[in-house]
Amino acid sequence: MSNTAISVIDLSKRYGEQVAVSHATFEVPLGTICGFVGPNGSGKTTTMRMLLGLISPTGGTGEILGESIKHPEKYLPRVGAMIEGPAFYPALSGKENLNVLATLGGFPLDRVQGLLEQVGLGDRGKSKFKTYSLGMKQRLGIAAALLPNPKLLMLDEPTNGLDPEGIQEVRALLRSLANDGTSVFVSSHLLSELELISDYLVMLRKGEVVFTGKMSDLMLSQQPVIIAKSINESDLVKLLAIAEQAGHAATIRDGAVHVQGPADWAHNFNRAAFDAGITLSQLTPQLPNLEETFFEMTGDK
Amino acid sequence: MWNVAFAELRKLRRPSLFFGTMGAVVFFSALFSALLFLLIDSPQGNSDRGRMVGRPILSLATGGVQGFSSVGGFLGIIALCVFAAQTAQEYTYGTLRNLLVRQPGRLRILLGKLIAMKIFALVMIVLSAVVSISTSVLLAPGAKVPTDLWFNADGRHAIFTTFINVLISVIGFGIIGMVLGLLLRSPISAISLGVLWLLIVENLLIAVKSSLQSWLPGAQLSAIATGAESARNVAGVTYTHALVVGGMYVAIGAAVASFLFVRRDVAN
Repeated sequence: MSNTAISVIDLSKRYGEQVAVSHATFEVPLGTICGFVGPNGSGKTTTMRMLLGLISPTGGTGEILGESIKHPEKYLPRVGAMIEGPAFYPALSGKENLNVLATLGGFPLDRVQGLLEQVGLGDRGKSKFKTYSLGMKQRLGIAAALLPNPKLLMLDEPTNGLDPEGIQEVRALLRSLANDGTSVFVSSHLLSELELISDYLVMLRKGEVVFTGKMSDLMLSQQPVIIAKSINESDLVKLLAIAEQAGHAATIRDGAVHVQGPADWAHNFNRAAFDAGITLSQLTPQLPNLEETFFEMTGDK
Repeated sequence: MWNVAFAELRKLRRPSLFFGTMGAVVFFSALFSALLFLLIDSPQGNSDRGRMVGRPILSLATGGVQGFSSVGGFLGIIALCVFAAQTAQEYTYGTLRNLLVRQPGRLRILLGKLIAMKIFALVMIVLSAVVSISTSVLLAPGAKVPTDLWFNADGRHAIFTTFINVLISVIGFGIIGMVLGLLLRSPISAISLGVLWLLIVENLLIAVKSSLQSWLPGAQLSAIATGAESARNVAGVTYTHALVVGGMYVAIGAAVASFLFVRRDVAN
């Protein structure tokens, strides 16, 4: 049996001259949470649609739960998905909407109430979908994705419209599902969210995969940044020059000098500043977060 | 396929849609039948387009279903609207992707939806038949129309054949609605185009050139509902001709729409 939940090789989609996804190759191991990141229009949703059999690839191959993506009927009964936001019938209640999907998929109807409670809609199941707030719609979308008791969950921006408490609940839910063996493939523009929950990462830019692998490998591969502030702001230019003379790239940003270099160079920097008569008020070596890494890798900022 | 049909029935039974549609069916069925008897002596006629349906015709074994067969075309328009809306709304609400994730067999989705909508149409027609024939039975004595032949063996046969003709016609109209829904992917566009064509464009074309009545889709389906005995049937379209030509329109439309539905990317 395959150890990957998702495996794609050279997956491509073209619309005439426009390339939406170009030769995407990546794997998502079973039982992990994989973040799927990229700027708007980078091809995330198109990729997810191809994996769900909604659109046909123009090139490449792929497998979901060990089955070819050419035969979605073989794996979709074990996949839950919410793509491009929750879509339901406005005139039906939340519960009736889930009943429609449960009937369609041949799932037991008695799962529906439990799922509504799991996503915090237990007392609003009888309200019409059109009366739901954006956050409630998202929750219903997640409940619908959980209907098949999935082995693989694919969620496109699941925390859109949720309040901080709701975001935390979704994070806990995804972690608990992964702990129970469900593989989760989740896209979000909230990179800080993905940084907190993802084990794996697939990063897209202009339809091309720019990174795929463990989140920890990505973060460790990044050059740490040493942030230094001086008592006198006029000394920042001198600090910049000291860093550059030592062969490190540096910039002045937000009233501090940001130096790219190993953390253990910080004490050399401190000594050099002291020798130059500069008193530092802050000297902090830190690893870049996912957002900074993302922008550096995609070159979008 | 049956799961799709049962899921579709859950949507079709929602009160505003179900009772709204059935209310319209009851109203028009009662109206068409009542006018036959209430205006029986009117010089302006008592049936569609000023046609006179007198006591001799209403006294026949087919008299009890005159109102029912007249309302058949109207039921067809209602079916076209319901079928078109139920199909096209999957695109406008974005729910088609949910359906396809849960049931990737696209032809199964279409067939399941068609089965559910046929059941809905069947309920409409049964209700229409009951209301229409009941109205006729209630009003016939007041209009001095004897009903002795309506429920004998010939009368029952007339009820059965009219029921089947209306059923074929209504489902034909419904499938055209479904085809428009699939092609246009918008309920408003599909319903507008369908109703505009059937109620206005076809009538204008027939008024200009009456022989077109033998070839236009709405005319064929209406002719089937009335057993090719309608007042509109000025070109003398036979029942078999209407069945063949109407059936070809429905079959070709369904084949093209199914092909596109199966092949087309779901990108919204």
